[in-house]
Amino acid sequence: MIHAVARPADFFDDKYGMNTPRLQRVLDQALSPQIDHADVYFQYDVSDSVSLEEGEVKQASKHVSQGVGVRAIAGEKSGYAFSDEITVPTLDIAAGTARQIASTGTETGRVAIQGVQTPAHNLYPVETPGPDVPMARKLDLLQSIDRFCRAYNPRITKVQTSFGSTYQLVLIATSDGLVVGDVRPLLRLNVSCIAEEHGNRQSGSSGGGGRVEYDYLLEDDRYLEFAREAARRAILNLGAIDAPAGSMDVVLGSGWPGILLHEAIGHGLEGDFNRKGLSAFSGRIGERVASDLCTIIDDGTIAHRRGSLNVDDEGTPTSHTVLVENGILCGYMQDTLNARLMGVAPTGNGRRQSYAHLPMPRMTNTFMLGGESEPEEIIASIDSGLYAVSFGGGQVDITNGKFVFSANEAYLIENGKLTHPVKGASLIGNGPDALTRVAMVGNDLELDTGVGTCGKNGQSVPVGVGLPTIRVNDMTVGGTQ
Amino acid sequence: MAIDPNLVHDLLQQAAQRGATAGDVLLVDNTSFEVEVRFGDVDKVQNAHRKRLGLRLFFGQRSATTSTSDFTEASLRQLLDDTCALAQAMAADPVAGLPEPDDTITDIPDLQLWDASLAHTPVEDRTEMARAAEQAALAYDERITNSEGGEYSSSESSVLYANSHGFLGQYRTSSVQLAAVPIASDESGMQRDYWYSAARQLDRLDSPAAIGEEAARRALRRLGARQVPTQNVPVVFAPTMAGGLLGNLCSAISGSALYRGASFLVDHLGERIAPDQVTVIDDGTLPMAIGSKPFDGEGLPTRRTMVVEHGVLRSYLLDTYSARKLGMQSTGNAARGAGDPPGVSPTNFYLEPGPHTPEEIIASVPNGLYVTGLIGFGVNLITGDYSRGASGLWIENGELTYPVEEITIAGNLRSMLADIEMVGNDLDMSRKIAAPTLKIGRMTIAGT
Repeated sequence: MIHAVARPADFFDDKYGMNTPRLQRVLDQALSPQIDHADVYFQYDVSDSVSLEEGEVKQASKHVSQGVGVRAIAGEKSGYAFSDEITVPTLDIAAGTARQIASTGTETGRVAIQGVQTPAHNLYPVETPGPDVPMARKLDLLQSIDRFCRAYNPRITKVQTSFGSTYQLVLIATSDGLVVGDVRPLLRLNVSCIAEEHGNRQSGSSGGGGRVEYDYLLEDDRYLEFAREAARRAILNLGAIDAPAGSMDVVLGSGWPGILLHEAIGHGLEGDFNRKGLSAFSGRIGERVASDLCTIIDDGTIAHRRGSLNVDDEGTPTSHTVLVENGILCGYMQDTLNARLMGVAPTGNGRRQSYAHLPMPRMTNTFMLGGESEPEEIIASIDSGLYAVSFGGGQVDITNGKFVFSANEAYLIENGKLTHPVKGASLIGNGPDALTRVAMVGNDLELDTGVGTCGKNGQSVPVGVGLPTIRVNDMTVGGTQ
Repeated sequence: MAIDPNLVHDLLQQAAQRGATAGDVLLVDNTSFEVEVRFGDVDKVQNAHRKRLGLRLFFGQRSATTSTSDFTEASLRQLLDDTCALAQAMAADPVAGLPEPDDTITDIPDLQLWDASLAHTPVEDRTEMARAAEQAALAYDERITNSEGGEYSSSESSVLYANSHGFLGQYRTSSVQLAAVPIASDESGMQRDYWYSAARQLDRLDSPAAIGEEAARRALRRLGARQVPTQNVPVVFAPTMAGGLLGNLCSAISGSALYRGASFLVDHLGERIAPDQVTVIDDGTLPMAIGSKPFDGEGLPTRRTMVVEHGVLRSYLLDTYSARKLGMQSTGNAARGAGDPPGVSPTNFYLEPGPHTPEEIIASVPNGLYVTGLIGFGVNLITGDYSRGASGLWIENGELTYPVEEITIAGNLRSMLADIEMVGNDLDMSRKIAAPTLKIGRMTIAGT
C-alpha cells in the first residue's frame, strides 16, 4: 500500500533523508562556474496491472520503482547521471559525473534554495491511489466487461481486458533554488475483442482513463461504454471491405482522430527540433501553416486529463500554448534548455519518461478548437471520400514532414452518405501542407478518452489529443482497392 | 556488478514458508553509458546504473508477478507480502506454472556475449568514435548541411535467474552501438536519415567512417523525392525493411498471439505460407550474436528452431505458458524483463539468404518500388492487412531512378509472403531480426 501522499518533499525526506540541506549539497556539487543550470529529479512510483483473457485472470503484477537523476547543463551540453539508489553517496557520484560535461575542476557552486513550493495547479487530486484499490474490485470490473462483450454478440470469440494504474511521486530541485513536488495518479482500462465468422477474424478495441479516481471508470457506466465500443468495432469490421487507394477528400471524426494534429504538426513544433533546424516547421513562426479555420492548442492544464501535469518534469508550471492561430504558426513547445538557447520562455513542455531519461520538449494535450459546421453537414458535403473515426498509431518524419496514421474504424462516403465500413486504411500526408487543406471545421470539439502514449527518441509519455469533426481535401488514402 | 545469490534463495525460501508452492526470481543489474556529439561538440553524456528484482510466485495454479528497484529489507518484505496477497486473490489458471525441472539448462555455454574491454574504454575514445561517425557524414557531401549528431552507447547487464526447483543460472551480456544522423538539404527541402552498427563486442562494430558515410548516402538519396500515381507494382524491400517484414512474421508466429487467436497464422502449422526459397530460423545459440543468450527467461536452453522450411511453417515460437495453452512444447523463447511475467520473444530470427544479388533483383523489375523507409503502424496481425507509409527509389527498366515519398504500400501479409519472388544473398546478421533483400511480386501503391 502506498497511501495518498500530500507533499512529495516530505515523502522523499522521510524515506530517503532528502531534506533541503542535502538537496542543496547535491546541486552545489553539480554546479561549477561553467555550468549554466543543474537539477535533480527524484521519482518514486507504485504501479499495478491485471489482465483477463477468456474470462480468466492472465496476469497480475505490482511494481515499485524509484530513482534519481542529476543533470548539469553548459550551453547546449547536458551531462546526466541516474541511479535507482536514492542515497547520499549515489547522489555525490551522479552530481560529479553530470558536471563533467563542462568542467574538470573542483570548484563548486552555491545554490540558495527558497523552500519547497506548491505547484501552480492542482489538476488531479485523488483520494485513493489506483494501486491501493483492492484487486478484487478490479477483477470484478474486468469480469463484467468480459461478460458484457460476450453477450453483445455470439460472434465475439475472444475478449481481452486489462487495467493498469500508477501512483507517481516526483520531486524536482534546481540550481535556481526551486524545489517543487508533484503527485501524479494515472490509470487506464483497455478492452479488446476478436469477432469471428466463417473464418473471417476481426478485432476491435477501446479504452480510456486519465489522472482520475478509480470510480471514474464506474461513473455513467463508462467501463461498459468502452466494452460496447470494442465489441461493436470487432463486429463492424467483420463486414468491412478493403480500403480504397489514392487521393480523396477525408472527414475525420471528433476526439481521438486529433492524432492527426499530434503527428502532422505537433512534433514538428517541439523546441529541440526547431532550435537545431531539423523540423519542416523550423524558422516558420508567423507563416501560414494551416487554413484560417484552424486554431491549435497544446494545454497541459486540463483537469484530470492523461496528458496534463501540474508542473512539467523540470518544475515549470504547465500552460495553455497557442501553436497555430487562424492558420498562422505562433509558437513552439519548449523545455528550459531549448527555451534558453532560443531566447524564449519555457512553456511547461519539458517532459521525461522517468528518472532514467533526460527531459525534452513534448506535447501534453493537443487539440484544435471547434468551428461552426455541423458534423452531418461536413459528411454531406462530400461526393466520394472517406470518413475515419478511430485510429491505431501514427508516426511522423519531422524533417521532411511526412506523417502516416492508420484507421481502425472508417467508412466510405458516397454522395454525402456513409456507406460501407472499410478496413486497412492508412492516411499519409505532409505536415506543413496537410492542414492548409482543412476545408471545414465542426462545432463538436471532443478530447480523446485517455489512451494516448507518445514515443520520441525512445521515451514514452502519456498524452492527450482532441479534434472537432473536420474535412481535409485531397489526402492520400493507402488501401488496396 | 555483484548479485548476491543468497538474497534470491532467501526470498524463495520465505515465500515457501508463506505457502507458495513454486516461484522464480529474476535479477537484472545494468550499467549504461551514452555520449552524443553534434557538430563535433559533446551534446550529451549519460551514465546510469539500474538494477531490478522480479518475483513470481505460485500458490497452486494461482500466480502473480511483482518487481522492485528498492532493495532495502523492508521493501523486499513488502514485495513478498504483496506478491502472496496478489497471487491468492487470483483465480486458478490450469496451465500456469514453472517449466518441468528436467527441461531447465544444465551446462550453461559461454556464448561470448560480454566484452570485458567495454568498461575500460576511455570516455575520450568513445566520444571520438561518435565524433568520427558524425564527421564522416558531414564531410561526405556539401549537401549534408545539418546533423542530429553522432552517438556512441554501450550497456552491460548481469542476469540471474533462479526458481524453486533449485535452478540457479547467470550470465553477462554487453552491447555497443555507434550511429550517425545527418540531414541533407537542397532546393527541394530537407531529408534526414541514419545508419548504425551494433554488436556485443566493441571490435565487431563497423568503422565510424563506414557508418557516417552510409548515413550520408541514405540521407542524400532521398533529396527531391516525389509522389507517384496510385498503381499495382512489384516492391523490392531493402534488407532493413525486409527485416521489418520478417518482424511482422515473427509476431504472427509468437505463441502468445496464437493462443489468443490474434494472428493470421492460427492453425497454419505444417502448411505452405511462402515459396520454396523462403527458410526462416530462430537461433539463440550463435556465439557473439546480438540476440543470443544461453538460457531463456524460464531457465530453458535456447536453441536453433526451424520456423519456416522451404516455405512450410514448421514451428511457432513458444514459452512454457503459450506452449501449454496450445498443447505443445516450449521452444526456449521465453523473454522476461525483471518487471514482467515471461512473454515470447525471438532470439536471432533470420531469413536465410538466397541466390540473387540485390542488383539482379532490382534489374528484374521493369516498373516498381525499391523501399528503403517505412513509417506507421498499419499492420494488423489478426487479419494480415498491411498498409504503411513508404519512401524509397523508383525502379524503371531494372534501374533505380528518382526518390519517392508520401506514398503507402498495401497488401496482406498472407499474400505478401506467398508472393516473395526473389530472395537476396545479402543477409547481414548484425540485427536481431534480419533478412536479405526481398522482392514481392505485387503490392498496391497509393499516391496521387
